[in-house]
Amino acid sequence: MSMINYASREINCKLVYYGPGLGGKTTNLEFVYNKVAPGSRGKMISLATETERTLFFDFLPVDLGTIRGFKVKFHLYTVPGQVYYNASRKLILKGVDGVVFVADSQLERMEANIEAMQNLYDNMAQHGYDLTRLPFAIQYNKRDLPNAAPIAELQAALNPGWVVEDPARQRVLADAEHPGEFLVSQQDGQWIERAPYYEAVAVTGEGVFDTLKAISKTVVKTLG
Amino acid sequence: MTSGASSWSFGEEDARRIDGILTGFLRESSARTALIVDRTGQLVATAGEPPAFDPTAFASLTAADFSANDQLARMLGEPEFGALFHQGERESMYLADIARRVILVVLFDNRTTLGLVKLRVRATVQDLTKVFTEMFGRTRTDAPRVESGFLGDAEDEIDKLFGA
Repeated sequence: MSMINYASREINCKLVYYGPGLGGKTTNLEFVYNKVAPGSRGKMISLATETERTLFFDFLPVDLGTIRGFKVKFHLYTVPGQVYYNASRKLILKGVDGVVFVADSQLERMEANIEAMQNLYDNMAQHGYDLTRLPFAIQYNKRDLPNAAPIAELQAALNPGWVVEDPARQRVLADAEHPGEFLVSQQDGQWIERAPYYEAVAVTGEGVFDTLKAISKTVVKTLG
Repeated sequence: MTSGASSWSFGEEDARRIDGILTGFLRESSARTALIVDRTGQLVATAGEPPAFDPTAFASLTAADFSANDQLARMLGEPEFGALFHQGERESMYLADIARRVILVVLFDNRTTLGLVKLRVRATVQDLTKVFTEMFGRTRTDAPRVESGFLGDAEDEIDKLFGA
């Protein structure tokens, strides 16, 4: 969870964009950087290779302003998508408050998505964090491409859900974003929870702020 | 397994004690600025000359630098590199681990020497380790950490900033 600095009256929250290579994580941050009022954001830092592949991370601080006497800031990070940079991926997850998994909707990237999702669970577990109990959202990016897989297929592969063991949470929770769908529901006698998902075309900005808004609200709730 | 990174808070009394230690260190070492950065990349405290750069970006890069070097140490069979030194033509920085949770960053120029900085850092690390170990060891209360009304206001600000 985030650090509250009562001396400087600051709350900093760390959001990490995770996912397969060339999926659009950096594009998400670049869109936010370009659209947020300059006074509300800091410098964007990219530690990238010469070919603009993320080597270590991208970093963008966004300032929410002063709320009830506290300056609230979101620190947005991306991790490198390529698996051989796993050491740096793992480092960036340290102290994470919320995770956005940016999936590449293209059919031929399904394997890469699954591999990155597995890798996310593994790296979180190695830090001792439980992804199912942390603010977590999935963004299905590149929805505009003709070879984009159907959402149902992506959901089945990447967001099949986890068993809800806490009796207090075992009740139907509708997905406000997708009428007729549920975040918590009963299946074959078991309570299953899924991460909320958002469709996006990060290059045009579609869905970028919907995702960011949702994850930041969930993170803020953990402060209460 | 916890749900996420352990939370900790930082009070005014903590800030006062840390500032006292850092100010004393700067006086004895003739270094310019001292910063405390936590391992997740957040700036915790600064003392001395206010930095001319963006401290938020600086903190995130410092944590990444330290973490990357930690992994390098492990590859060499060392448990960690307790300290790092980056030398510039005029400005240099010295980084030291505190209680495996935060990093002391010292910025200095040719008004002092690496030897003196290193010498003074040693005692400062001990003092800061004591303070931070105490802070992290404090029992957590379940009381809300922000006042009621905060969440609603924060959600409104999020809608405003990121588009309703």
